[in-house]
Amino acid sequence: MQEGTRPVDNVGLVEPKTAHFSETLELASGSKLQSFDIVYETYGELNKERSNAILICHALSGDHHVAGYHTPQDKKPGWWDNAIGPNRAIDTNRFFVVSPNNIGGCSGSTGPLTTNPETGKPYGPDFPLVTVKDWVKTQAMLADKLGIDVWAVIIGGSLGGMQCLEWSIAYPDRLKHTFVIAAAPKLSTQNIAFNEVARQAIRSDQNFNDGHYYENDNKPELGLMLARMLGHITYLSDDALDEKFGRELRDGKLKFGYDAEFQIESYLRYQGRSFVGRFDANSYLLLTKVLDYFDPASDTDGSLAKAMAPATAEFLVISFSSDWRFSPERSQEIVSALLDADKCVSYIEIQSKQGHDSFLMPIPRYHQVLSTALDRIAEGLGIS
Amino acid sequence: MSLRTDQSLIAEWIKPRSRVLDLGCGDGTLMAHLQEHQEVKGYGLEIDEENIVQCIHKGVDVIQTDLDKGLSEFKKDTFDYVIMTQTLQAIRYPDRLLKEMTRVGREAIVTFPNMGHWKNRIQLALAGHMPKSKTLPYEWYNTPNIHLCTLTDFENLCAVNNIEILDRATVDHEHQSSLGMKLFPNLLGEIAIYRFRQND
Repeated sequence: MQEGTRPVDNVGLVEPKTAHFSETLELASGSKLQSFDIVYETYGELNKERSNAILICHALSGDHHVAGYHTPQDKKPGWWDNAIGPNRAIDTNRFFVVSPNNIGGCSGSTGPLTTNPETGKPYGPDFPLVTVKDWVKTQAMLADKLGIDVWAVIIGGSLGGMQCLEWSIAYPDRLKHTFVIAAAPKLSTQNIAFNEVARQAIRSDQNFNDGHYYENDNKPELGLMLARMLGHITYLSDDALDEKFGRELRDGKLKFGYDAEFQIESYLRYQGRSFVGRFDANSYLLLTKVLDYFDPASDTDGSLAKAMAPATAEFLVISFSSDWRFSPERSQEIVSALLDADKCVSYIEIQSKQGHDSFLMPIPRYHQVLSTALDRIAEGLGIS
Repeated sequence: MSLRTDQSLIAEWIKPRSRVLDLGCGDGTLMAHLQEHQEVKGYGLEIDEENIVQCIHKGVDVIQTDLDKGLSEFKKDTFDYVIMTQTLQAIRYPDRLLKEMTRVGREAIVTFPNMGHWKNRIQLALAGHMPKSKTLPYEWYNTPNIHLCTLTDFENLCAVNNIEILDRATVDHEHQSSLGMKLFPNLLGEIAIYRFRQND
């Protein structure tokens, strides 16, 4: 990387790695994967004591590329670059950051795009539905491979926050702290409803062909684009959209037609189209199901406090005032359960305008909370 | 990280290894002290973001809470003590919150500025304006202190609600105590400190 072209507090050029697992993976659904790969990135150095590792769990459309650039020509860094790097909120001078891509995704880890060893063709719609439990299990297997017995911190926003909860329940001894950001203990009925509209948009695309669309060159692009457009609206707040676009017209006047006239229309179409270029429709369908299924309290008679009982980690729960997809009240449900279960927990609602997407934004108070908590954790670990 | 005298008095009243909830815990100084010196466990509740960051910095578990919304997320007798220092007078329904404190905690401790202090009485009686002092520095129009009371008022409220007062102390604005204050607490005490519990 050239000196001076990018801020010094960027992790710079990074290269994804692949971990191969040749053992059979039994999934929560009862299905099995004969073997699987996890693509991941790491930033910073694992210390001698192996005590400074942070796991980043990604959300619905995220992946392993969290920070830095893959090539000097990249226009954009990883999806949470503003928070990760030397002297940033998640300081790679002190911590070893690991970010895997979850299975079922489409960014390199085993998923619908992967060749099914039994047929020699991509799994496509035959890729088994996975759950947050499965993801956490595979992340634990990756941790074993990397020699990390205990994570100093596991951090996740949105669907990533659900993985944090699952980690603390399933492997209480393997994490010291967890930051559960803009999350919910399960999807609301309205959340599932949004997901269903997204799925129907994809499944009713005439190119979808029950998910067998890899053979012909026609992908269900329109359906995936619609799904993303819908999702995108729910990730932003009414105020944020209004502030950014208002009722501004692209050409300054009404044209009495159905082309994109308002700026918001062309923005959404652009977002939808660019998503189609980087995401697979079968993966998107599967990931919405992972969200829908997550409900740790379903194993404990509907009591989240009982579900959280095994946890020993210290929790930091963060919500955002303008987030209506996973509202502060949903985070407070998590906090109430943790208080009820007598766990160590802190909670803060960050004032923000950007809706659910706030968790990706460099909001000063938000990053101050992250860095203050991590300073304290580093101090406890004896890392200067 | 030194304690105010009202906080020191509270710390003396709290038994080691207790479970404590601190309402309006500010920057977490008292909780951090109790955790460090008395092996106390518990949480602070605070509304101000900067204070919450300070609590996190000190390793105090803090929950962002609007105390005017009550303590419904906590069950009966979850804590040995529920503390509230210098916050009662800024609460919308102090009577309800006092009851909540005694529900959630086996005992409760509050401190508040005493409106019955002689300087306050003189300012109103002779100068004819709302009292101002080091403990009550605001003007009437911008004060967050919407429910000021005297020791007598507080004790009357406790009596009405069947709350038993277990301990009472008063200090001045430098948080010193004196013999005079012990004899005439409602006249000479600037800050009142009470420990109490709900009688069934």
